[in-house]
Amino acid sequence: MNYAASPMLVLRLPLWRSRLLLVLIAGGFIVLAGRAVYLQGWNNDFLQQKGESRYSRVLEISANRGRITDRHGEALAISTPVKSVWAIPEEVQFSSQQRAKLAALLELPPQEIDKRLNEATSFVYIKRQIPPEVAERVSELHIPGLFQNREYRRYYPGGEVMSHVLGFTGADDAGQEGIELAFQATLAGKSGSRRVIRDRMGQIVEDMESIREAQNGRDLSLALDAKLQNLAFSQLKLAVEINKAKAGAIVVLDARTGEVLALANLPTYNPNNRSRLSGAQLRNRVITDTFEPGSTLKPFTVALAIERGKVAPETMIATAPGSMSIGKATIHDAHTFGDMSVAQVIQRSSNVGAARIALSLPAEAMWGMFDQVGFGSLPRLGFPGEVSGKLRAHKTWRPIEQATMAYGHGISVSLLQLARAYTIFAREGELMPLSLLRVDAPLAGKQVISPDTARKLRAMLESAVELGGTAPKARVMGYRVAGKTGTAHKEENGAYAAHKYVSSFVGLAPVSDPRLVIAVMLDEPSAGQYYGGAVAAPVFSAVMGGALRMLGVPPDAPLKPLDLPPDGSEIREDV
Amino acid sequence: MARINLILLLVLTACSLGLVTSQHQARKLFAELEREQERAKQFDVEWGQLQLEQSTWAMHARVEKIARERLRMSVPDARRTQVVVPGASAAEDRGGRR
Repeated sequence: MNYAASPMLVLRLPLWRSRLLLVLIAGGFIVLAGRAVYLQGWNNDFLQQKGESRYSRVLEISANRGRITDRHGEALAISTPVKSVWAIPEEVQFSSQQRAKLAALLELPPQEIDKRLNEATSFVYIKRQIPPEVAERVSELHIPGLFQNREYRRYYPGGEVMSHVLGFTGADDAGQEGIELAFQATLAGKSGSRRVIRDRMGQIVEDMESIREAQNGRDLSLALDAKLQNLAFSQLKLAVEINKAKAGAIVVLDARTGEVLALANLPTYNPNNRSRLSGAQLRNRVITDTFEPGSTLKPFTVALAIERGKVAPETMIATAPGSMSIGKATIHDAHTFGDMSVAQVIQRSSNVGAARIALSLPAEAMWGMFDQVGFGSLPRLGFPGEVSGKLRAHKTWRPIEQATMAYGHGISVSLLQLARAYTIFAREGELMPLSLLRVDAPLAGKQVISPDTARKLRAMLESAVELGGTAPKARVMGYRVAGKTGTAHKEENGAYAAHKYVSSFVGLAPVSDPRLVIAVMLDEPSAGQYYGGAVAAPVFSAVMGGALRMLGVPPDAPLKPLDLPPDGSEIREDV
Repeated sequence: MARINLILLLVLTACSLGLVTSQHQARKLFAELEREQERAKQFDVEWGQLQLEQSTWAMHARVEKIARERLRMSVPDARRTQVVVPGASAAEDRGGRR
């Protein structure tokens, strides 16, 4: 076909029309190209973001809370994932049959589920922290509007035995008491997140970026020895039951390293089931309660007097007639012995003797001694609720107060402070810093008294547990032990209560090379006996004997059966 | 000229197909890695639960109770034990431990 011959082409149109069309189309293309360059070159963030959001997802990476173990690596607290069931009440639809099944699985009454669902419209927890197996069966019910999320729950296999040391965590896995709170920063994990590409099957096919690294909490290795802790707890429990005491506390220290090997309190609670808790159960009496220690403080006054050369263990002190007046007040002894040596003042726990020794010393020096062994200042364990006790400035002391302080009245300390102070007798005069965590290289102690004085005091404290002392029941077969009883009236509303006592015993063993310091305290023993030598000393003996055997400490005394005096015949200290 | 272009086109096609396959392989492997990591996490959780179970069963209070009540065991009296000091002859030893 000859196009050129087409009659259409014969028609001559003005040339500008085709030119105009060309310019318009070219202009349109330029605008499009400009826009494309703008969107893909200069201002591409928005589109890229939109595109990414179609295929990329931000995933949460959960982090575990660190485990707590005892010194031998035995697990004491572990977090494990559990599920929580929650609902959007507006969207929940289930048959009464499904409701009954759900209630049975969650161990809730069906009415309780209805009540929860009526509480809110947008979000409500049905049940938190259920085991994963149960959660699986709940999801098999396929109830619309019912969802689950992953949480962590902390379990404490030790239960009530360890509860006061470990404390516990709340529902959000944050520490609320004890070690869990004290070392929250170490134990807590930091959850992270990352951006990934998912395919249509929901599988992750590519890692795009890590927004935040997840950091697992660090594991903690405590100084505690689970076996020893159990021994201490069970013996304390036995003693609290026998003596019908209101409360009790015990702490076991390693004299070589200052580690807290066991620490138990009664009454206690089960950290795995805390539905009914009272303040009394939660209280960690060893660390957060103070009491007037009574005669357990006498050795410090005597140590100071020996250190300053005022007396020697053989120096005779007149205690007749068994009482002594200072100003308007009178100090009494339970037994009258006439003159006795300084060693016997400790052995028989004479108040008059201790007071006489105290009055020969300047108040400032006595205050200095108490201050140096840590009374009146925090033990710095890092434990929540630590107390410093009460030690008044020496300038405010009256002579009667100085005398009574010599035998532990008018001053208050915690059981932990008391046990720590006794490390100076166990360690040739050195006061050890304490630790709740396992110590691999022991820290240096602080020299408070000379090694010679410490050895003299140890000998005196050993005589206190012999026949003729205040605590023959504290002895342990096969080991030489040393220690001191304490019995004090309880202070109530600013006055001493007549028939309420705090009985205590602090001691160390073996005397030839002290390894352990144990302090025991029983609050208001009310089964007749209340002297420290009758109530607290047997606990000390049982725990010390068992602990030394567990630690494999070689005996330093002949293995003869101990002859105990008949009940009630031992020398009693004064209260 | 046309032949070179044709060869280049073939090479290009082969390269593109190679890229697609390797990308696919990479994604498959990555998905597998993810699955294994998930499994590792699962095992970690299981390990924690087993540790928990072990400590619960091995609680000293429980062990002691079973030893005393069911097996009728008791801690030997210090009089019934003999200490063996390393390096010393057994006949000389008196005393006890364990």
